[in-house]
Amino acid sequence: MTFLFFFVFAGFALAGAVGVVVLRNPFYCVLSLVVHLISLALLFLLLEAQFVAVAQIVVYAGAVMVLYVFVVAYVGGGDKPDQLWGAGPRQKALAIGFASLIFIELAIAILGTALSALGTEGAKLSANYGTPAEIGELLLTDYLLAFELASMLLLIAAIGAVALAGRRGGIAEDEGNLSPRHGVVHTPSPAATGSMAEGVSGYGVTTPLPDPQFEGRELQQPAREAAEDDR
Amino acid sequence: MTVNWYLLVSAMIFTLGAAGVMIRRNPLVILLCLELMLNAGNLALIGFSRMWGDGAGEIFAIVVMVIAACEVAIGLGIIVALYRRRLPVDVDELRELHG
Repeated sequence: MTFLFFFVFAGFALAGAVGVVVLRNPFYCVLSLVVHLISLALLFLLLEAQFVAVAQIVVYAGAVMVLYVFVVAYVGGGDKPDQLWGAGPRQKALAIGFASLIFIELAIAILGTALSALGTEGAKLSANYGTPAEIGELLLTDYLLAFELASMLLLIAAIGAVALAGRRGGIAEDEGNLSPRHGVVHTPSPAATGSMAEGVSGYGVTTPLPDPQFEGRELQQPAREAAEDDR
Repeated sequence: MTVNWYLLVSAMIFTLGAAGVMIRRNPLVILLCLELMLNAGNLALIGFSRMWGDGAGEIFAIVVMVIAACEVAIGLGIIVALYRRRLPVDVDELRELHG
């Protein structure tokens, strides 16, 4: 039974990986990677690593892939058909040649190894192998330093991502120049129409809200998107 | 299933990821292929962990997942910054690293 499950999951994992490499539209590549990640999580389950399998689905197939989907939706644009396979057949042949070399080397390493335990199903497992209890204990005892460093790394990456992708110094010169057709004119709603701002602040019940932030960046964001779609 | 089989699948996935990194020219897809390679490493780590019946390999896999998440955050940040500056999102045209 394990045999059957292994081949089904491994087949899906490999099919997902092939899809990531050959599909033309980046969006389909992301979806293909989600298939790959989920079947990989099932393979982890076959290896009795329950906690890592769940973390794989939640963190990878969930959070990270959602991030990808957002960026693909924002940047968009598949590879142009004539550019799909890079700079011509020579580079493609070289890439496939190098990849086959890597595979041959890995296969020699795996099949020619003197590590006889590789040919077994693995050692006898303790009762709590792969459970959150075991992972938590290991993380807070033997691997405490790695755990803390990983959290620092995540913090640094989050700050770095904001610094890279964030908009510094307000809206750039060219981003503000929108055609009048797309310019959003802020029309304040009539007073006492029950808007959320009125409810929160109590201000503007009789007078329209003079909301300075709406004159600036907030409302130009959708207008800019529209202008870019139009290009 | 013996651990050999998992390692073989891991090697295939790693190879596919490496081929993708070398073939594709959209940085988004290159990041996806890097994910493939990291996941192949994860599968091998979990396989070895199962082989020894020891949890250390799982800890390594979790740390690899953290590193992959950081790499995605930074990589996608760079791609969004490229797009904002109207630069072509194409690795062949981005040969220079000056700001």
